[in-house]
Amino acid sequence: MNIHAIRAIYRFEMHRAWRTLTQSIISPVISTSLYFVVFGAAIGARIPEIDGVSYGSFIVPGLIMLSLLTQSISNASFGIYFPRFTGTIYEVLSAPISYLEVVISYVGAAATKSLILGVIILATAGMFVPLRIEHPLWMVLFLILTSITFSLLGFIIGIWADGFEKLQLVPMLIVTPLTFLGGSFYSINMLPPFWQKVTLLNPVVYLVSGFRWSFYGIADVSPALSLAMTLFFLAVCVAIVGWIFRTGYRLKA
Amino acid sequence: MESIISIKALSKRYQGGFEALRHIDLEIRRGEILALLGPNGAGKTTLISIVCGIVNATEGEVTVDGHDIVRDYRAARSLIGLVPQELTTDAFETVHSAVSFSRGLFGKPANPAHIEKVLRSLSLWEKRNNRIMTLSGGMKRRLLIAKALSHEPRVLFLDEPTAGVDVELRRDMWQLVRGLQADGVTVILTTHYIEEAEEMADRIGVINRGEIILVEEKTKLMQKLGKKQLTIQLQAPIETVPASLAGLGLDRSPDGETLTYTYDAAHEQPGIGDLLNKLNNAGIGFKDVHTTQSSLEDIFVSLVKDTR
Repeated sequence: MNIHAIRAIYRFEMHRAWRTLTQSIISPVISTSLYFVVFGAAIGARIPEIDGVSYGSFIVPGLIMLSLLTQSISNASFGIYFPRFTGTIYEVLSAPISYLEVVISYVGAAATKSLILGVIILATAGMFVPLRIEHPLWMVLFLILTSITFSLLGFIIGIWADGFEKLQLVPMLIVTPLTFLGGSFYSINMLPPFWQKVTLLNPVVYLVSGFRWSFYGIADVSPALSLAMTLFFLAVCVAIVGWIFRTGYRLKA
Repeated sequence: MESIISIKALSKRYQGGFEALRHIDLEIRRGEILALLGPNGAGKTTLISIVCGIVNATEGEVTVDGHDIVRDYRAARSLIGLVPQELTTDAFETVHSAVSFSRGLFGKPANPAHIEKVLRSLSLWEKRNNRIMTLSGGMKRRLLIAKALSHEPRVLFLDEPTAGVDVELRRDMWQLVRGLQADGVTVILTTHYIEEAEEMADRIGVINRGEIILVEEKTKLMQKLGKKQLTIQLQAPIETVPASLAGLGLDRSPDGETLTYTYDAAHEQPGIGDLLNKLNNAGIGFKDVHTTQSSLEDIFVSLVKDTR
Protein backbone atom coordinates (compact mmCIF):
# COMPACT_ATOMS: atom_id res chain seq x y z
CA MET A 1 0.00 0.00 0.00
CA ASN A 2 1.39 3.39 -0.97
CA ILE A 3 0.14 5.22 2.13
CA HIS A 4 2.12 8.35 1.33
CA ALA A 5 0.40 8.67 -2.03
CA ILE A 6 -3.06 8.15 -0.57
CA ARG A 7 -2.34 10.80 2.03
CA ALA A 8 -0.93 13.20 -0.57
CA ILE A 9 -3.99 13.00 -2.84
CA TYR A 10 -6.43 13.02 0.06
CA ARG A 11 -4.86 16.13 1.54
CA PHE A 12 -4.66 17.79 -1.85
CA GLU A 13 -8.38 17.22 -2.39
CA MET A 14 -9.34 18.35 1.12
CA HIS A 15 -7.20 21.41 0.64
CA ARG A 16 -9.05 22.16 -2.57
CA ALA A 17 -12.36 22.06 -0.70
CA TRP A 18 -11.00 24.38 1.94
CA ARG A 19 -9.80 26.78 -0.72
CA THR A 20 -13.23 26.79 -2.36
CA LEU A 21 -15.07 27.00 0.94
CA THR A 22 -17.85 29.20 -0.40
CA GLN A 23 -18.65 26.80 -3.20
CA SER A 24 -18.18 23.54 -1.34
CA ILE A 25 -19.73 24.28 2.06
CA ILE A 26 -21.37 27.67 2.35
CA SER A 27 -23.54 27.57 -0.78
CA PRO A 28 -25.13 24.17 -0.05
CA VAL A 29 -25.83 25.28 3.50
CA ILE A 30 -27.50 28.47 2.31
CA SER A 31 -29.63 26.70 -0.29
CA THR A 32 -30.73 24.12 2.29
CA SER A 33 -31.60 26.86 4.75
CA LEU A 34 -33.78 28.41 2.06
CA TYR A 35 -35.71 25.14 1.76
CA PHE A 36 -36.31 25.21 5.50
CA VAL A 37 -37.49 28.78 5.43
CA VAL A 38 -39.88 28.15 2.51
CA PHE A 39 -41.10 24.60 3.10
CA GLY A 40 -40.51 24.33 6.83
CA ALA A 41 -41.67 27.67 8.17
CA ALA A 42 -43.75 29.39 5.47
CA ILE A 43 -45.61 26.56 3.74
CA GLY A 44 -44.94 23.76 6.22
CA ALA A 45 -47.09 25.39 8.87
CA ARG A 46 -50.10 24.84 6.61
CA ILE A 47 -49.29 21.22 5.82
CA PRO A 48 -50.61 18.61 8.27
CA GLU A 49 -48.27 16.30 10.15
CA ILE A 50 -47.11 13.16 8.35
CA ASP A 51 -47.14 10.03 10.54
CA GLY A 52 -47.00 12.24 13.61
CA VAL A 53 -44.02 14.28 12.37
CA SER A 54 -44.35 17.98 11.54
CA TYR A 55 -43.71 18.72 7.87
CA GLY A 56 -40.65 20.86 8.63
CA SER A 57 -39.03 17.98 10.48
CA PHE A 58 -40.24 15.42 7.96
CA ILE A 59 -38.26 16.92 5.10
CA VAL A 60 -34.94 17.12 7.01
CA PRO A 61 -33.65 13.64 6.06
CA GLY A 62 -34.68 14.15 2.44
CA LEU A 63 -32.94 17.53 2.28
CA ILE A 64 -29.76 16.09 3.74
CA MET A 65 -29.92 13.29 1.15
CA LEU A 66 -30.45 15.84 -1.63
CA SER A 67 -27.27 17.71 -0.63
CA LEU A 68 -25.35 14.53 0.01
CA LEU A 69 -26.16 13.12 -3.42
CA THR A 70 -25.51 16.24 -5.46
CA GLN A 71 -22.41 17.28 -3.52
CA SER A 72 -20.85 13.80 -3.50
CA ILE A 73 -21.26 13.61 -7.24
CA SER A 74 -20.03 17.11 -8.01
CA ASN A 75 -17.09 16.86 -5.61
CA ALA A 76 -15.83 13.52 -6.82
CA SER A 77 -16.49 14.15 -10.50
CA PHE A 78 -14.72 17.50 -10.45
CA GLY A 79 -11.83 16.11 -8.41
CA ILE A 80 -10.91 13.58 -11.09
CA TYR A 81 -12.12 15.47 -14.16
CA PHE A 82 -10.10 18.60 -13.53
CA PRO A 83 -6.68 16.89 -13.56
CA ARG A 84 -7.76 15.15 -16.77
CA PHE A 85 -8.77 18.50 -18.22
CA THR A 86 -5.56 20.33 -17.29
CA GLY A 87 -3.32 17.34 -17.95
CA THR A 88 -1.90 17.08 -14.43
CA ILE A 89 -3.31 13.54 -14.32
CA TYR A 90 -0.02 12.45 -15.93
CA GLU A 91 1.58 12.58 -12.52
CA VAL A 92 -0.93 10.25 -10.91
CA LEU A 93 -0.74 7.84 -13.84
CA SER A 94 3.06 7.75 -13.71
CA ALA A 95 3.20 7.32 -9.93
CA PRO A 96 3.77 3.98 -8.21
CA ILE A 97 0.18 3.87 -7.06
CA SER A 98 -2.46 1.20 -7.62
CA TYR A 99 -5.93 1.89 -8.96
CA LEU A 100 -7.41 0.91 -5.64
CA GLU A 101 -5.28 3.55 -3.95
CA VAL A 102 -6.34 6.17 -6.49
CA VAL A 103 -10.00 5.41 -5.79
CA ILE A 104 -9.53 5.33 -2.03
CA SER A 105 -7.90 8.74 -2.02
CA TYR A 106 -10.17 10.58 -4.46
CA VAL A 107 -13.43 8.97 -3.38
CA GLY A 108 -12.40 9.02 0.28
CA ALA A 109 -11.81 12.77 0.12
CA ALA A 110 -15.10 13.42 -1.70
CA ALA A 111 -17.04 11.24 0.74
CA THR A 112 -15.41 12.99 3.70
CA LYS A 113 -16.48 16.35 2.36
CA SER A 114 -20.04 15.11 1.87
CA LEU A 115 -20.13 13.73 5.40
CA ILE A 116 -18.94 17.02 6.85
CA LEU A 117 -21.53 18.83 4.76
CA GLY A 118 -24.27 16.41 5.88
CA VAL A 119 -23.45 17.04 9.51
CA ILE A 120 -23.40 20.81 8.99
CA ILE A 121 -26.80 20.72 7.29
CA LEU A 122 -28.17 18.55 10.06
CA ALA A 123 -26.98 21.10 12.60
CA THR A 124 -28.46 23.92 10.49
CA ALA A 125 -31.78 22.07 10.34
CA GLY A 126 -31.74 21.78 14.11
CA MET A 127 -31.87 25.56 14.30
CA PHE A 128 -35.10 25.73 12.26
CA VAL A 129 -37.12 22.66 13.28
CA PRO A 130 -37.24 20.19 16.19
CA LEU A 131 -35.25 17.04 15.44
CA ARG A 132 -35.11 13.61 16.94
CA ILE A 133 -32.89 10.75 15.89
CA GLU A 134 -34.17 7.35 16.99
CA HIS A 135 -31.44 5.21 15.49
CA PRO A 136 -28.25 7.33 15.48
CA LEU A 137 -25.94 4.47 14.53
CA TRP A 138 -28.07 3.57 11.52
CA MET A 139 -28.26 7.24 10.64
CA VAL A 140 -24.48 7.46 10.56
CA LEU A 141 -24.24 4.21 8.60
CA PHE A 142 -26.68 5.44 5.93
CA LEU A 143 -24.84 8.75 5.81
CA ILE A 144 -21.47 7.06 5.25
CA LEU A 145 -22.71 4.48 2.75
CA THR A 146 -24.55 7.09 0.69
CA SER A 147 -21.56 9.43 0.67
CA ILE A 148 -19.24 6.68 -0.52
CA THR A 149 -21.67 5.30 -3.10
CA PHE A 150 -22.39 8.64 -4.71
CA SER A 151 -18.78 9.76 -4.55
CA LEU A 152 -17.99 6.62 -6.53
CA LEU A 153 -20.73 7.54 -8.99
CA GLY A 154 -19.21 11.02 -9.22
CA PHE A 155 -15.78 9.52 -9.85
CA ILE A 156 -17.26 7.45 -12.68
CA ILE A 157 -18.90 10.54 -14.18
CA GLY A 158 -15.65 12.50 -13.86
CA ILE A 159 -13.85 9.84 -15.87
CA TRP A 160 -16.63 9.42 -18.42
CA ALA A 161 -17.11 13.15 -19.03
CA ASP A 162 -15.17 14.66 -21.92
CA GLY A 163 -16.33 18.22 -21.33
CA PHE A 164 -17.67 20.42 -18.60
CA GLU A 165 -21.17 20.06 -20.01
CA LYS A 166 -21.28 16.31 -19.46
CA LEU A 167 -19.98 16.86 -15.97
CA GLN A 168 -23.18 18.76 -15.19
CA LEU A 169 -25.46 16.54 -17.25
CA VAL A 170 -25.96 13.60 -14.90
CA PRO A 171 -26.42 15.61 -11.70
CA MET A 172 -28.80 18.08 -13.36
CA LEU A 173 -30.83 15.77 -15.56
CA ILE A 174 -30.88 12.57 -13.55
CA VAL A 175 -29.93 12.90 -9.92
CA THR A 176 -31.81 16.08 -9.00
CA PRO A 177 -35.11 14.94 -10.58
CA LEU A 178 -34.80 11.50 -9.01
CA THR A 179 -34.21 13.09 -5.61
CA PHE A 180 -37.19 15.44 -5.91
CA LEU A 181 -39.38 12.54 -7.06
CA GLY A 182 -37.85 10.15 -4.54
CA GLY A 183 -39.92 11.19 -1.56
CA SER A 184 -37.60 13.85 -0.21
CA PHE A 185 -40.51 16.22 0.32
CA TYR A 186 -43.39 13.77 0.68
CA SER A 187 -44.24 10.26 1.77
CA ILE A 188 -44.81 8.04 -1.24
CA ASN A 189 -48.00 6.84 0.47
CA MET A 190 -49.45 10.21 -0.51
CA LEU A 191 -49.22 9.23 -4.20
CA PRO A 192 -51.97 7.46 -6.17
CA PRO A 193 -51.44 3.64 -6.11
CA PHE A 194 -50.10 3.49 -9.69
CA TRP A 195 -47.43 6.10 -9.06
CA GLN A 196 -46.51 4.42 -5.79
CA LYS A 197 -45.51 1.38 -7.86
CA VAL A 198 -43.65 3.45 -10.44
CA THR A 199 -41.78 5.38 -7.82
CA LEU A 200 -40.34 2.15 -6.42
CA LEU A 201 -38.15 2.04 -9.54
CA ASN A 202 -36.45 5.18 -8.30
CA PRO A 203 -33.33 4.21 -6.33
CA VAL A 204 -33.40 7.41 -4.31
CA VAL A 205 -36.67 6.32 -2.67
CA TYR A 206 -34.79 3.62 -0.78
CA LEU A 207 -32.04 5.97 0.35
CA VAL A 208 -34.43 8.63 1.61
CA SER A 209 -36.79 6.14 3.22
CA GLY A 210 -34.05 4.32 5.12
CA PHE A 211 -32.49 7.57 6.21
CA ARG A 212 -35.80 8.96 7.40
CA TRP A 213 -36.48 5.75 9.31
CA SER A 214 -33.24 6.28 11.26
CA PHE A 215 -34.62 9.66 12.35
CA TYR A 216 -38.29 9.09 13.09
CA GLY A 217 -38.83 5.34 12.84
CA ILE A 218 -41.20 5.83 9.89
CA ALA A 219 -40.44 4.43 6.45
CA ASP A 220 -42.00 3.99 3.02
CA VAL A 221 -40.12 0.74 2.43
CA SER A 222 -38.57 -1.52 5.03
CA PRO A 223 -35.20 -0.34 6.41
CA ALA A 224 -33.65 -3.70 5.56
CA LEU A 225 -34.62 -3.22 1.92
CA SER A 226 -33.21 0.32 2.03
CA LEU A 227 -29.91 -0.99 3.33
CA ALA A 228 -29.84 -3.79 0.78
CA MET A 229 -30.50 -1.38 -2.09
CA THR A 230 -27.82 1.04 -0.84
CA LEU A 231 -25.30 -1.80 -0.70
CA PHE A 232 -26.43 -2.90 -4.17
CA PHE A 233 -25.74 0.56 -5.65
CA LEU A 234 -22.39 0.57 -3.91
CA ALA A 235 -21.56 -2.80 -5.47
CA VAL A 236 -22.61 -1.59 -8.93
CA CYS A 237 -20.38 1.50 -8.66
CA VAL A 238 -17.45 -0.55 -7.40
CA ALA A 239 -17.87 -2.93 -10.34
CA ILE A 240 -17.91 -0.06 -12.85
CA VAL A 241 -14.84 1.57 -11.30
CA GLY A 242 -13.10 -1.80 -11.40
CA TRP A 243 -13.90 -2.12 -15.09
CA ILE A 244 -12.67 1.43 -15.77
CA PHE A 245 -9.29 0.70 -14.30
CA ARG A 246 -8.94 -2.73 -15.86
CA THR A 247 -9.44 -1.25 -19.29
CA GLY A 248 -7.82 2.14 -18.66
CA TYR A 249 -11.03 3.63 -20.07
CA ARG A 250 -10.53 7.35 -20.83
CA LEU A 251 -7.43 7.39 -18.65
CA LYS A 252 -4.79 5.63 -20.72
CA ALA A 253 -4.45 5.57 -24.47
CA MET B 1 27.95 -1.17 -20.15
CA GLU B 2 25.03 -2.29 -18.05
CA SER B 3 21.62 -1.01 -19.08
CA ILE B 4 19.07 0.47 -16.70
CA ILE B 5 16.16 0.57 -19.13
CA SER B 6 15.62 -2.21 -21.56
CA ILE B 7 12.99 -1.83 -24.28
CA LYS B 8 12.20 -4.87 -26.36
CA ALA B 9 10.04 -5.10 -29.49
CA LEU B 10 7.84 -2.26 -28.31
CA SER B 11 4.93 -1.28 -30.53
CA LYS B 12 2.07 1.11 -30.04
CA ARG B 13 -1.01 1.30 -32.19
CA TYR B 14 -3.49 3.93 -31.07
CA GLN B 15 -7.20 3.41 -31.32
CA GLY B 16 -8.02 4.42 -34.84
CA GLY B 17 -5.03 2.52 -36.18
CA PHE B 18 -2.23 5.09 -36.01
CA GLU B 19 1.03 3.26 -35.47
CA ALA B 20 3.07 5.52 -33.20
CA LEU B 21 5.84 3.04 -32.49
CA ARG B 22 7.00 0.05 -34.49
CA HIS B 23 9.10 -2.61 -32.91
CA ILE B 24 11.39 -0.42 -30.88
CA ASP B 25 14.45 -2.02 -29.33
CA LEU B 26 16.51 0.22 -27.11
CA GLU B 27 18.94 -0.29 -24.27
CA ILE B 28 19.56 2.76 -22.10
CA ARG B 29 22.78 2.61 -20.15
CA ARG B 30 23.03 3.33 -16.48
CA GLY B 31 24.27 6.84 -15.82
CA GLU B 32 24.28 8.07 -19.40
CA ILE B 33 22.61 11.07 -20.97
CA LEU B 34 20.69 9.88 -24.00
CA ALA B 35 19.17 12.36 -26.38
CA LEU B 36 16.26 11.26 -28.50
CA LEU B 37 16.01 13.32 -31.65
CA GLY B 38 13.19 13.24 -34.09
CA PRO B 39 10.74 15.43 -35.95
CA ASN B 40 7.31 16.23 -34.54
CA GLY B 41 5.09 13.18 -34.35
CA ALA B 42 8.02 10.76 -34.58
CA GLY B 43 6.94 8.89 -31.45
CA LYS B 44 9.31 10.35 -28.86
CA THR B 45 6.61 11.30 -26.38
CA THR B 46 4.72 8.04 -26.90
CA LEU B 47 7.88 6.10 -26.13
CA ILE B 48 8.45 8.06 -22.92
CA SER B 49 4.79 7.81 -21.94
CA ILE B 50 4.84 4.03 -22.21
CA VAL B 51 7.95 3.69 -20.06
CA CYS B 52 6.39 6.01 -17.45
CA GLY B 53 3.05 4.20 -17.40
CA ILE B 54 0.87 6.89 -18.97
CA VAL B 55 0.19 4.98 -22.18
CA ASN B 56 -0.31 1.23 -22.56
CA ALA B 57 1.95 -0.57 -24.99
CA THR B 58 0.32 -2.66 -27.70
CA GLU B 59 3.19 -5.14 -27.82
CA GLY B 60 6.61 -5.61 -26.36
CA GLU B 61 8.07 -5.16 -22.94
CA VAL B 62 10.05 -2.66 -20.92
CA THR B 63 12.07 -3.17 -17.78
CA VAL B 64 13.48 -0.48 -15.52
CA ASP B 65 16.40 -1.69 -13.44
CA GLY B 66 15.10 -5.22 -13.98
CA HIS B 67 11.50 -4.41 -12.99
CA ASP B 68 8.83 -4.98 -15.61
CA ILE B 69 6.81 -1.78 -16.04
CA VAL B 70 3.50 -3.67 -16.01
CA ARG B 71 3.96 -6.59 -13.61
CA ASP B 72 6.23 -4.75 -11.21
CA TYR B 73 5.01 -1.20 -11.85
CA ARG B 74 5.54 0.05 -8.32
CA ALA B 75 9.24 -0.72 -8.25
CA ALA B 76 9.71 0.47 -11.84
CA ARG B 77 7.84 3.75 -11.51
CA SER B 78 9.33 4.78 -8.19
CA LEU B 79 12.72 4.93 -9.94
CA ILE B 80 11.48 7.33 -12.61
CA GLY B 81 10.96 11.06 -12.71
CA LEU B 82 9.11 12.59 -15.64
CA VAL B 83 9.12 16.18 -16.85
CA PRO B 84 6.35 16.41 -19.42
CA GLN B 85 6.49 18.50 -22.53
CA GLU B 86 3.39 20.57 -21.81
CA LEU B 87 3.36 23.01 -18.91
CA THR B 88 0.69 21.08 -17.05
CA THR B 89 0.50 22.38 -13.52
CA ASP B 90 -2.13 23.16 -10.97
CA ALA B 91 -2.93 26.83 -10.67
CA PHE B 92 -3.91 27.47 -7.09
CA GLU B 93 -1.40 25.38 -5.18
CA THR B 94 1.82 26.88 -3.89
CA VAL B 95 5.16 25.82 -5.31
CA HIS B 96 6.19 24.13 -2.09
CA SER B 97 3.01 22.16 -1.60
CA ALA B 98 2.98 21.03 -5.23
CA VAL B 99 6.51 19.66 -4.95
CA SER B 100 5.78 18.01 -1.59
CA PHE B 101 2.66 16.47 -3.14
CA SER B 102 4.74 14.84 -5.87
CA ARG B 103 7.10 13.33 -3.34
CA GLY B 104 4.21 11.81 -1.42
CA LEU B 105 2.62 10.53 -4.61
CA PHE B 106 5.76 8.55 -5.33
CA GLY B 107 5.57 6.92 -1.93
CA LYS B 108 8.36 8.77 -0.18
CA PRO B 109 7.98 10.12 3.37
CA ALA B 110 8.15 13.89 3.71
CA ASN B 111 11.67 15.30 3.60
CA PRO B 112 11.67 19.11 3.84
CA ALA B 113 15.47 19.25 3.55
CA HIS B 114 15.42 17.49 0.19
CA ILE B 115 12.55 19.63 -1.09
CA GLU B 116 14.50 22.73 -0.07
CA LYS B 117 17.60 21.46 -1.85
CA VAL B 118 15.66 20.81 -5.05
CA LEU B 119 13.88 24.16 -4.95
CA ARG B 120 17.13 26.01 -4.31
CA SER B 121 18.93 24.21 -7.12
CA LEU B 122 16.19 25.42 -9.48
CA SER B 123 16.08 28.95 -8.04
CA LEU B 124 12.52 28.41 -6.86
CA TRP B 125 13.11 28.66 -3.14
CA GLU B 126 12.18 32.36 -3.00
CA LYS B 127 8.94 31.50 -4.79
CA ARG B 128 8.03 28.55 -2.59
CA ASN B 129 4.96 30.22 -1.10
CA ASN B 130 3.74 31.68 -4.37
CA ARG B 131 0.77 30.22 -6.16
CA ILE B 132 1.72 28.42 -9.33
CA MET B 133 -0.50 30.62 -11.46
CA THR B 134 1.68 33.63 -10.61
CA LEU B 135 4.81 31.99 -12.04
CA SER B 136 6.31 32.77 -15.43
CA GLY B 137 6.56 30.08 -18.09
CA GLY B 138 10.22 29.45 -17.34
CA MET B 139 9.50 29.09 -13.64
CA LYS B 140 6.67 26.65 -14.34
CA ARG B 141 9.09 24.58 -16.40
CA ARG B 142 11.49 24.56 -13.44
CA LEU B 143 8.64 23.64 -11.12
CA LEU B 144 7.89 20.58 -13.27
CA ILE B 145 11.53 19.59 -12.99
CA ALA B 146 11.40 20.11 -9.23
CA LYS B 147 8.34 17.87 -9.02
CA ALA B 148 10.10 15.18 -11.01
CA LEU B 149 13.16 15.36 -8.76
CA SER B 150 11.19 15.49 -5.52
CA HIS B 151 11.30 11.73 -5.01
CA GLU B 152 14.99 11.29 -5.86
CA PRO B 153 14.55 9.31 -9.09
CA ARG B 154 17.35 7.24 -10.62
CA VAL B 155 16.09 7.88 -14.12
CA LEU B 156 14.89 11.25 -15.35
CA PHE B 157 12.89 11.78 -18.52
CA LEU B 158 12.95 15.30 -19.88
CA ASP B 159 10.47 15.69 -22.70
CA GLU B 160 11.66 18.76 -24.58
CA PRO B 161 12.88 20.49 -21.43
CA THR B 162 14.09 23.64 -23.10
CA ALA B 163 11.22 24.34 -25.47
CA GLY B 164 10.32 28.00 -25.04
CA VAL B 165 13.02 28.62 -22.49
CA ASP B 166 15.46 31.53 -22.66
CA VAL B 167 19.17 31.05 -23.20
CA GLU B 168 20.19 31.63 -19.60
CA LEU B 169 17.70 29.15 -18.20
CA ARG B 170 18.70 26.65 -20.84
CA ARG B 171 22.30 26.86 -19.70
CA ASP B 172 21.15 26.46 -16.07
CA MET B 173 19.23 23.37 -17.04
CA TRP B 174 22.19 21.83 -18.81
CA GLN B 175 24.20 22.49 -15.68
CA LEU B 176 21.54 20.78 -13.59
CA VAL B 177 21.45 17.75 -15.87
CA ARG B 178 25.22 17.40 -15.66
CA GLY B 179 24.98 17.60 -11.87
CA LEU B 180 22.37 14.83 -11.90
CA GLN B 181 24.58 12.70 -14.07
CA ALA B 182 27.42 13.20 -11.62
CA ASP B 183 25.09 11.80 -8.95
CA GLY B 184 24.53 8.72 -11.08
CA VAL B 185 21.11 9.63 -12.47
CA THR B 186 20.36 8.41 -15.97
CA VAL B 187 18.86 11.17 -18.10
CA ILE B 188 16.82 10.72 -21.26
CA LEU B 189 15.91 13.90 -23.04
CA THR B 190 13.99 14.52 -26.19
CA THR B 191 14.70 17.64 -28.10
CA HIS B 192 14.36 19.50 -31.34
CA TYR B 193 17.42 21.55 -30.56
CA ILE B 194 20.29 19.69 -32.05
CA GLU B 195 22.76 21.93 -30.26
CA GLU B 196 21.27 20.66 -27.04
CA ALA B 197 21.92 17.05 -27.94
CA GLU B 198 25.36 17.99 -29.21
CA GLU B 199 26.10 19.81 -25.98
CA MET B 200 24.63 17.34 -23.51
CA ALA B 201 24.33 13.82 -24.76
CA ASP B 202 26.64 10.86 -24.42
CA ARG B 203 24.62 8.97 -26.96
CA ILE B 204 22.08 10.02 -29.51
CA GLY B 205 19.09 8.10 -30.73
CA VAL B 206 17.26 9.23 -33.82
CA ILE B 207 13.63 8.29 -34.08
CA ASN B 208 11.43 8.85 -37.09
CA ARG B 209 7.95 7.58 -37.93
CA GLY B 210 7.89 5.31 -34.91
CA GLU B 211 11.18 3.62 -35.65
CA ILE B 212 14.62 4.03 -34.15
CA ILE B 213 16.88 4.80 -37.06
CA LEU B 214 20.08 4.68 -35.11
CA VAL B 215 21.57 4.91 -31.65
CA GLU B 216 25.19 5.88 -31.49
CA GLU B 217 27.80 7.50 -29.30
CA LYS B 218 27.66 11.18 -30.10
CA THR B 219 31.35 11.45 -30.96
CA LYS B 220 31.24 8.36 -33.15
CA LEU B 221 28.13 9.60 -34.87
CA MET B 222 29.80 12.90 -35.64
CA GLN B 223 32.85 11.09 -36.94
CA LYS B 224 30.95 8.54 -38.89
CA LEU B 225 28.60 10.87 -40.61
CA GLY B 226 30.31 14.18 -40.20
CA LYS B 227 31.87 15.74 -43.26
CA LYS B 228 34.38 18.54 -43.43
CA GLN B 229 34.61 21.01 -46.22
CA LEU B 230 37.48 23.19 -47.20
CA THR B 231 36.41 26.25 -49.14
CA ILE B 232 39.07 28.08 -51.12
CA GLN B 233 38.38 31.57 -52.40
CA LEU B 234 40.40 32.27 -55.47
CA GLN B 235 42.07 35.51 -56.45
CA ALA B 236 40.86 35.16 -60.00
CA PRO B 237 38.02 33.02 -61.35
CA ILE B 238 39.04 29.90 -63.22
CA GLU B 239 37.32 28.32 -66.18
CA THR B 240 38.17 24.73 -65.37
CA VAL B 241 39.96 22.78 -62.70
CA PRO B 242 43.52 22.22 -64.01
CA ALA B 243 44.45 18.71 -64.97
CA SER B 244 47.09 18.52 -62.26
CA LEU B 245 44.33 18.85 -59.68
CA ALA B 246 41.87 16.46 -61.26
CA GLY B 247 41.01 13.37 -59.28
CA LEU B 248 41.13 15.18 -55.96
CA GLY B 249 37.37 15.74 -55.95
CA LEU B 250 37.45 19.51 -56.11
CA ASP B 251 34.25 21.30 -56.88
CA ARG B 252 34.33 24.49 -58.83
CA SER B 253 31.58 26.96 -58.10
CA PRO B 254 29.55 28.05 -61.15
CA ASP B 255 31.15 31.48 -61.14
CA GLY B 256 34.60 29.91 -60.82
CA GLU B 257 35.46 32.05 -57.79
CA THR B 258 35.71 29.26 -55.24
CA LEU B 259 36.79 25.67 -55.01
CA THR B 260 35.43 23.32 -52.38
CA TYR B 261 37.07 20.19 -51.20
CA THR B 262 34.96 17.70 -49.21
CA TYR B 263 36.60 15.14 -46.97
CA ASP B 264 35.76 12.81 -44.16
CA ALA B 265 36.10 14.23 -40.67
CA ALA B 266 37.20 10.80 -39.45
CA HIS B 267 40.34 11.01 -41.57
CA GLU B 268 41.82 14.26 -40.51
CA GLN B 269 44.86 14.10 -42.80
CA PRO B 270 43.71 14.13 -46.36
CA GLY B 271 46.68 16.19 -47.32
CA ILE B 272 45.37 19.70 -47.22
CA GLY B 273 48.90 21.09 -47.27
CA ASP B 274 49.56 18.98 -50.32
CA LEU B 275 46.44 20.33 -51.98
CA LEU B 276 47.42 23.92 -51.32
CA ASN B 277 50.90 23.26 -52.71
CA LYS B 278 49.40 21.83 -55.85
CA LEU B 279 47.26 24.93 -56.21
CA ASN B 280 50.40 27.08 -55.93
CA ASN B 281 52.21 24.98 -58.49
CA ALA B 282 49.28 25.27 -60.87
CA GLY B 283 49.55 29.04 -60.44
CA ILE B 284 46.19 29.45 -58.81
CA GLY B 285 46.29 32.15 -56.15
CA PHE B 286 43.79 32.19 -53.32
CA LYS B 287 42.51 34.95 -51.05
CA ASP B 288 41.06 32.92 -48.24
CA VAL B 289 40.40 29.42 -47.00
CA HIS B 290 38.01 28.17 -44.37
CA THR B 291 36.75 24.81 -43.21
CA THR B 292 33.30 23.82 -41.97
CA GLN B 293 32.25 20.68 -40.18
CA SER B 294 28.76 19.35 -40.66
CA SER B 295 26.79 19.72 -37.45
CA LEU B 296 24.54 17.17 -35.87
CA GLU B 297 21.73 19.14 -37.43
CA ASP B 298 22.91 18.38 -40.94
CA ILE B 299 23.40 14.75 -40.01
CA PHE B 300 19.95 14.59 -38.55
CA VAL B 301 18.27 16.21 -41.51
CA SER B 302 19.98 13.85 -43.93
CA LEU B 303 19.05 10.82 -41.82
CA VAL B 304 15.42 11.75 -41.56
CA LYS B 305 15.28 12.60 -45.24
CA ASP B 306 16.69 9.21 -46.14
CA THR B 307 13.90 7.38 -44.36
CA ARG B 308 11.12 9.44 -45.83
